[in-house]
Amino acid sequence: MEATIVPPTAGGPLPEGLAEVERKALARCRHAVLGVDRPLRLDCGVELGPYRVAYQTYGTLNADKSNAVLICHALTGDQFVVEQHPVTGKEGWWDRLVGAGKILDPARYFIICVNVLGGCMGSTGPLDRDAAGKPWNLGFPVVTIGDMVRAQAALLDHLGIPDLFCVIGGSMGGMQVLEWAASFPKRVFSAVPIACAARHSAQNIAFHEVGRQAIMADPEWKKGDYRLHDTLPRHGLAVARMTAHITYLSEQALQRKFGRSLQDRDAVRFGFDADFQVESYLRHQGSTFVDRFDANSYLYITRAMDYFDLAAAHGGVLANAFKGSATRFCLFSFTSDWLFPTRESRLVVHALNAAAANVSFVEIESDKGHDAFLLDEPEMFRTLSGFLKGAAAVRGLKEAS
Amino acid sequence: MTAAAIRVDLQVIADMVEPATRALDVGCGYGELLAYLVNFKRADARGMELSQAGVNACVANGLSVIQGDADSDLRDYPDDAFDYVILSQTLQATREPREVLRQMLRVGRHAIVSFPNFAHWQVRLRLVFGGRMPETPSLPHKWYDTPNIHLCSIDDFRGLCRDMGVKIERAIVLNRNSRPINYPPLLANLVGEQAVFMLKRG
Repeated sequence: MEATIVPPTAGGPLPEGLAEVERKALARCRHAVLGVDRPLRLDCGVELGPYRVAYQTYGTLNADKSNAVLICHALTGDQFVVEQHPVTGKEGWWDRLVGAGKILDPARYFIICVNVLGGCMGSTGPLDRDAAGKPWNLGFPVVTIGDMVRAQAALLDHLGIPDLFCVIGGSMGGMQVLEWAASFPKRVFSAVPIACAARHSAQNIAFHEVGRQAIMADPEWKKGDYRLHDTLPRHGLAVARMTAHITYLSEQALQRKFGRSLQDRDAVRFGFDADFQVESYLRHQGSTFVDRFDANSYLYITRAMDYFDLAAAHGGVLANAFKGSATRFCLFSFTSDWLFPTRESRLVVHALNAAAANVSFVEIESDKGHDAFLLDEPEMFRTLSGFLKGAAAVRGLKEAS
Repeated sequence: MTAAAIRVDLQVIADMVEPATRALDVGCGYGELLAYLVNFKRADARGMELSQAGVNACVANGLSVIQGDADSDLRDYPDDAFDYVILSQTLQATREPREVLRQMLRVGRHAIVSFPNFAHWQVRLRLVFGGRMPETPSLPHKWYDTPNIHLCSIDDFRGLCRDMGVKIERAIVLNRNSRPINYPPLLANLVGEQAVFMLKRG
């Protein structure tokens, strides 16, 4: 089924001065302006409002509003889950999972995906302008995973959706799933955190810091005011992406894909061109990324992940985050994921057990690294499908007609 | 829904579980008992299984199962988290059966344990007259590759319960055809091939 794209009517006309990527994104999705009467109180203490959330929906909300599924996207993901991306033209990032006849079928579920707060695909972030019409840039308050989730919850209130059949997401999306389950347990019937952790590790913070430093070291960054100077920290953002991309793959996957193969040449050329295919590949990843992602947004969202520590927010005991939870959990990890290794998921499982929560945990054998959650992993699909069927039966959801 | 046929020893366990209760099946394998408890006892039943293949099969069937080990992972659960904690045909493969039993009775109001009887007459005959480690239908492994490192007889198990001050609520002994038999203890320990005990804290 072709995804139903509804023109952006929910939030009224778009403001002036939007960046091009935001304009393209908002032209192809819904959005809502929230926090007009009641601003969003951010973890940093700032009251944000009004703010805009850009979101995409697939399928129809059923009469008893019991079939809503929230997909939480990862660091560089966005709300365009299924359809061709309005900026890159690429296919949707999770179209293997979502779509007609797929595990998350719009014929059965009302699927929502919201661009995170601080993002650059239409939701309010550093790319936007403040109340005075001045670009936020680094003046934008630092947001957290908790803030992102509260903005999503505010959107659900706005849409009149009391609770979610399922919240699902991988990587930073998985962090949001955990946050949802901890902050709004009664609104989450089932939760599927994939390839994630309840806290960002020192190593993960370290990689993010390298990325941020690369951006900030680019003279074009101009202390975040590049749009005022009509520059763009292309090189810095590209290097940030290249570093991050390595962490999304596994050593085996890199070796299998590239080995020491040379790029369009028979021998090394004793210089610093991209002799090796792996270099060329990373350079391509870096340079295409800058066309679709805002450098400041990258700083803010990586920071949100760094700050995530669910146990710390609950008296240092992760189990407290899930006390009394009636949510059905299903966690996934991948054997070759070294960014969010299985032991991180296991810590969450232990905490859920300590809270006597209903939990399933599946480790998937894969050599594709962290990115496996976005790829064709039949075992993940098989087990996820079983989990959702079981949960849907308990919820009393009908099969797709 | 009509009840599907499950293995007789599992049926004996299932019959001990009151409907609409909370149960944890430790070592749930591919989820045969778990599915029965969910579907026919309306239980809030969860599973723990050592093999990832078993876990994945259970989850694919819509059952709530995690990968875990009876010896180390029961510790995570709070007191009285379940009405029943079930350990079928696994006690003899644990490293510390006594500690596992203690944890089961801490986490569950009742513990249900089934195990093969090492004092079954076939076992005795093979050891006494064959002079070899017994291999029987319920103990099919060679001595060098058996997972069963803490085998016991029915009487041994009763002894452990006594030592631990654990109350035996029910004890059902099954013969070679997995039929329940009702013999006096001495004879049951000879004829019983396996036993199912329901226990509670003393």
